[in-house]
Amino acid sequence: MTSKLSKETLLGLYSTMLKIRLFEEKIVELYPEQEMKCPVHLYIGQEAIAAGVCANLTKTDYIVSNHRCHGHAIAKGADIKALMAEFYGKAAGCSKGKGGSMHVVDVERGMLGTSAIVGGGIPMGVGSALASSIRKDGFVTVIFLGDGASEEGVFYESMNFAALKNLPVVFICENNGYATNSPQHARHATCDISGMANAYKIPGRCIDGNDVEAVYATAKEAIGLAREGGGPSLIEAVTYRWKGHVGPEADHLKGCRPEVELTDWMEKCPVKRFDDRLVNEGVSDKAGLIEIGAVIAEEIEEAVRFSKAAPYPLAEDLLTEVYFKGE
Amino acid sequence: MPWTKIYSDKTEFEEAAKASSVPLRGITYAEALREAQAQLLRDDERVFIFGEGIDDPGGVFGSTLGLHTEFGDERVFDTPLAENALTGIAAGAATAGMRPILVHMRIDFMPLTMDPILNHAAKWHYMFGGAVHVPMVIRSIVGRGWGSAAQHSQNIHALFAHIPGLKVVMPATPYDAKGLLMSASADGNPVIFIEHRWLYGHTGHVPEEPYTVPLGKGVVRREGSDVTIVAISHMAAEATKAARSLAEEGIECEIIDPRTLRPLDTELIISSVKKTGRLVVADTGWQYGGIGAEITTRLVEDAFGALKAPVERINIPDCPTPASPVLEAAYYPGVTEIENAVKRVIAG
Ligand SMILES: Cc1ncc(C[n+]2csc(CCOP(=O)(O)OP(=O)(O)O)c2C)c(N)n1
Ligand SMILES: [Mg+2]
Repeated sequence: MTSKLSKETLLGLYSTMLKIRLFEEKIVELYPEQEMKCPVHLYIGQEAIAAGVCANLTKTDYIVSNHRCHGHAIAKGADIKALMAEFYGKAAGCSKGKGGSMHVVDVERGMLGTSAIVGGGIPMGVGSALASSIRKDGFVTVIFLGDGASEEGVFYESMNFAALKNLPVVFICENNGYATNSPQHARHATCDISGMANAYKIPGRCIDGNDVEAVYATAKEAIGLAREGGGPSLIEAVTYRWKGHVGPEADHLKGCRPEVELTDWMEKCPVKRFDDRLVNEGVSDKAGLIEIGAVIAEEIEEAVRFSKAAPYPLAEDLLTEVYFKGE
Repeated sequence: MPWTKIYSDKTEFEEAAKASSVPLRGITYAEALREAQAQLLRDDERVFIFGEGIDDPGGVFGSTLGLHTEFGDERVFDTPLAENALTGIAAGAATAGMRPILVHMRIDFMPLTMDPILNHAAKWHYMFGGAVHVPMVIRSIVGRGWGSAAQHSQNIHALFAHIPGLKVVMPATPYDAKGLLMSASADGNPVIFIEHRWLYGHTGHVPEEPYTVPLGKGVVRREGSDVTIVAISHMAAEATKAARSLAEEGIECEIIDPRTLRPLDTELIISSVKKTGRLVVADTGWQYGGIGAEITTRLVEDAFGALKAPVERINIPDCPTPASPVLEAAYYPGVTEIENAVKRVIAG
């Protein structure tokens, strides 16, 4: 099947996925140095979701992320220097070193803060959608949540409210099959997350989360609907995380899951799959894609150099910003 | 007394065990918790244990390791991520005659459980004139370090200690971890059992047979005549180190570990301060409206004349936990802060 998307869009999706992949792989490489002193929840394997969804958003649309936030932030266009510096605990980090890797913020790009409490961000995203609806600013809010977060009561309360008020919000549930080490079947009565949308009579779709074009197309429809006043949607994107829940190691090494599960999913690598497709369809030759990768790799190296050299916050900064002082 | 002693590391315990006239059995805090739960499951068929990730290969930092295979997944089981409902479910099962132990891996997830705890479990016995009661234990762990930051390393025990109808326990040693958990399960009231992640690897003497440590009774960790240090949870270990180096300078500290914050062993604290005339409270939590304020007020109310110097409180600063290693290092008080506070109260 030949893609209907423009070359620019296709290469944009590719670049975003690759940037997330290379950024996360750089963390895997550097983490053992123990200079990044914070827990890291890596997004490797799930790149197509952030990339495919965010390609449909404007700079000022809102997104809500969670503990696994690196990919979402990159796809929304966040400055990777500010991200990396945050992970290194530096004053130049997006949260001035106060937040660490789970607490990313980028107000200009519609990230109003990231919660590491599972489900904590969901109602806040409904809140930004409510603000948009009252102000009629035309913005959409996308809320990324995990399959685990879909178990929290607040998810249902939030969906009901969003549906009731017909808010411009899209719930994207990234179903990677696990919450920490618990498989979905140990936690879900029905294993049908997208089906929950039926209860609120909003559109619900379950898609292949490793197919970036499918993600792009489905998100485009839902985001378009929200922007036109058609209210919320729920998209369940099925995927798999390659690394442990937290940290750079693979989970099967700790006995948390079977190795073949990982190797099977690695066959379905969203980046490799799309890479092959772009070449086979003549969108780009291999050399062109390699060139894109080289530029991104250099940008990431620069972010690392910057972050390592950047100064730490001062101990005196400990007690600043507890309260907003006005300006 | 090997039963009350805090060993600063495994080597110190092993040396003490060699020198001891009675045989000592050294296991870690995590192992002690696991052993208590295994014995409760074995001896009381009403006990069941549940929580997120309880059966995973990590076994809640080792504290539930293998319990599900030993006792079956009807009595030890993993759950959905639904802290609010799970806590209400525990309360309901307890009211119906079971003895649930619910585990929340981080105390930071417990704000989601405030309604079932505060509006329900804590009041159920009173609100129905004693017709029902809620014999449940909630185990929860305080995290610290490695950029855990504002939502994964909080110390919110004072929030729970504020609530009548609850009991709040903070074991500082392996011995107490086991004995207090046994008491908590048997108590008949909702008990918030707050563990500290940095104590999990601590080794101490823990008898193999079941035993209890009573709720509401503190313990003198070290006797001394110059100053009383009331030290809570991980701060009891820090105070033990501080007292050792202060002794080299001729200052003798008495360390009281209240072990239970509600009910609080006021009597033990006051009798110690009556002897020493000086009080330092070393708490892991925030100062504002905290447990140090409660302890100090009780002292001022009941033994105003006992004090020879102003009270000192050691707490974390009045802000959320920061992530950066530099800020984290500035955030946590420890041995040095305790030593300095003791010296200030000695100077009067
Ligand atoms: C309220 C709450 N409960 C538990 C946790 C611990 N925790 C952090 S992430 C996580 C798993 C989340 O799973 P999911 O939503 O599927 O996201 P994933 O990690 O798979 O991306 C858990 C249990 C938490 N941070 N907050
Ligand atoms: Mg998941």
